[in-house]
Amino acid sequence: MTKSNERKLTIARAMAEATAQEMRIDPTVFVMGEDIGALGGVYGNTRGLLDEFGAERIRDTPISETAFIGAAVGAAQDGMRPVVELMFVDFFGVCFDAIYNLMAKNIYFSGGNLKVPMVLMTSTGGGYSDGGQHSQCLYGTFAHLPGMKVVAPSNAYDAKGLMTAAMRDDSPVVYMYHKGLQGMGWLGTEAGATVHVPEEPYTLEIGKAKVVREGKDVSIVSVGMGVHNALKAAKALEAQGVSAEVVDLVSLVPLDRETIRASVAKTGRLIVVDEDYMSYGLSGEIIASVTEHNISVLKAAPKRVAFPDVPIPYARVMEQFCLPNPDKIVAAWNDMKAA
Amino acid sequence: MAPTQKEQHWMYRNMVTSRRFEETIAKIYFEGKSPAFNMANGPIPGEMHLSDGQEPVAVGVCAHLTPEDVVTATHRPHHQAIAKGVDLDKMAAEIFGKTTGLSGGRGGHMHLFDADVNFACSGIIAQGMGPAVGAALSRKMQGKPGVAVAFVGEGAVNQGGWHEAMNLAAVWNLPFVCVIEDNAWGISVAKSAATAVPTNDVRAAAYGIPGTRVEGNDPFAIYEAAGKAIERARNGEGPSLIEVDTYRLAGHFMGDAEGYRPEGEKDGLSAKDPIPAMRARLLKDGAASEEELATIEAEAEARVEAAIKFARESADPAPEDALTAVFAA
Ligand SMILES: Cc1ncc(C[n+]2csc(CCOP(=O)(O)OP(=O)(O)O)c2C)c(N)n1
Repeated sequence: MTKSNERKLTIARAMAEATAQEMRIDPTVFVMGEDIGALGGVYGNTRGLLDEFGAERIRDTPISETAFIGAAVGAAQDGMRPVVELMFVDFFGVCFDAIYNLMAKNIYFSGGNLKVPMVLMTSTGGGYSDGGQHSQCLYGTFAHLPGMKVVAPSNAYDAKGLMTAAMRDDSPVVYMYHKGLQGMGWLGTEAGATVHVPEEPYTLEIGKAKVVREGKDVSIVSVGMGVHNALKAAKALEAQGVSAEVVDLVSLVPLDRETIRASVAKTGRLIVVDEDYMSYGLSGEIIASVTEHNISVLKAAPKRVAFPDVPIPYARVMEQFCLPNPDKIVAAWNDMKAA
Repeated sequence: MAPTQKEQHWMYRNMVTSRRFEETIAKIYFEGKSPAFNMANGPIPGEMHLSDGQEPVAVGVCAHLTPEDVVTATHRPHHQAIAKGVDLDKMAAEIFGKTTGLSGGRGGHMHLFDADVNFACSGIIAQGMGPAVGAALSRKMQGKPGVAVAFVGEGAVNQGGWHEAMNLAAVWNLPFVCVIEDNAWGISVAKSAATAVPTNDVRAAAYGIPGTRVEGNDPFAIYEAAGKAIERARNGEGPSLIEVDTYRLAGHFMGDAEGYRPEGEKDGLSAKDPIPAMRARLLKDGAASEEELATIEAEAEARVEAAIKFARESADPAPEDALTAVFAA
């Protein structure tokens, strides 16, 4: 490994680097969204791109999500590879038609004769009292609707590889990055997300989960910020003599059920950690992926640590009460053991 | 249509109250957030959008409104809330995330709801349009008095929902007024880069309703334009659109370095501060004496201090309160 390959990047910088590298070799890639130009994105993921590529390819948009996300679909079908930003995933409500009725369905409607090679980047997560319209994850909402791949990196290495893979994919990819992992100091960022990132371009396989910590007593399955909570919980459990395996899903669609099943087959126990709402979401899907396949691998009823089914409260004490954290994961283990 | 002397005093009082409130919030916002700015820390976490500079719009419009009338505001709602008569103690407590807040700390700075004075706001751009039009429809259908006013920023006027709501209000001839606060910026994107027409008043033509633009951030001119529109609405003559040329003296949100502003754009801006201008005008017109103004200012300051004290001293909600009020009781 050369010295320069040991540099650490934040997720924000890793995303920007991947985008710049792809834009250099592929003139059809361009970026559009609110405040992605001079500001470099509210979450830093387009920083520096305007200077290198200019306003034609790094395109600030009006506050018109329906129009510019719909336009990205049209441009993608016409030979471009747009990367569009929906600043907060919570804003999907004003433009979801363009996302799930157009972006997600046009390949199918064309019988596979059309490609829709676009990336929809969007920020997720809370924990800093930004209120119920700026703090949601909505993983389940996006993953539920067929036709769009959904990825959510937990660290900068994965972020760069996923970004490059997403831009090269001929299907639409929703790229959900967590605010608390972006490496923006003003958001109190998770240090574990800033890791070594190679300078040269590389891709990560979309739809492939990672076992980020080996263990034999329980599988903790999560994504994004939840992975860091799971790793901290695993450390705490280790002190109690419990060996926890942590699975980072990396992609929600396609979902790597094989890796989840293999892990649970090994440990016999499953805890799912999801910062999205509990019901009808990711946690239920993951548990179903195991139980409907082979319920006999389970030595205990699975547990979930997820956001309760309430809008995200503003006041810090209430929000923190609702958010998953390492203590809640350890408590889930203790409940499981006691049962 | 000019404001009465009493109305002028009311307007000045509310502008000053709003400004003192914002200044106090701004100071407290940085408590616990330095030396390294971390939005999650301090007594007021989360994003904070201040409205310094935009006070004339709120008072010029709300001077014509009663608590019965409906206002939907934006993500930058404090000046609008204060002018509409939202309970200042409860509003401050809400911003501090306290149990005594308007929603007991559930909504926060961008989601202030005060049913007593028919005020609501939202963090989603242009999202107040539909509910305001709906309130106007409800008033018309029930034969109840009152108008509905939606405040939006000039950036919001490019949202699909804005256009749909304008058309609906027009085609149903509703008692509705849309007030656009044109501060020339949507976060870092200049209006000229985002909006196809130089001013938004002309967009009223697309809906066959009157459109007016008020230049100069002048509370009296805003009062006059709003008065006409609201009177029209009250008389059953239908909706109107008003755009006001205003500006934000601060960044888009607290912590915004404003690197996107062209150099020198803010030069001279503080000299155009509408509050000293209004003060000078009241004196010059003989509408208020120095003593009267000093009294208004002292009262406004005391009002704000009391509200902030109330907020600071109020209790945090119980954490489990998060799980309540999801459905109607
Ligand atoms: C639907 C939606 N898109 C984007 C945003 C992010 N956002 C918050 S404020 C803002 C700029 C709003 O500009 P304007 O309407 O002119 O109001 P101002 O902030 O200038 O008062 C943007 C883009 C949002 N809150 N909602």
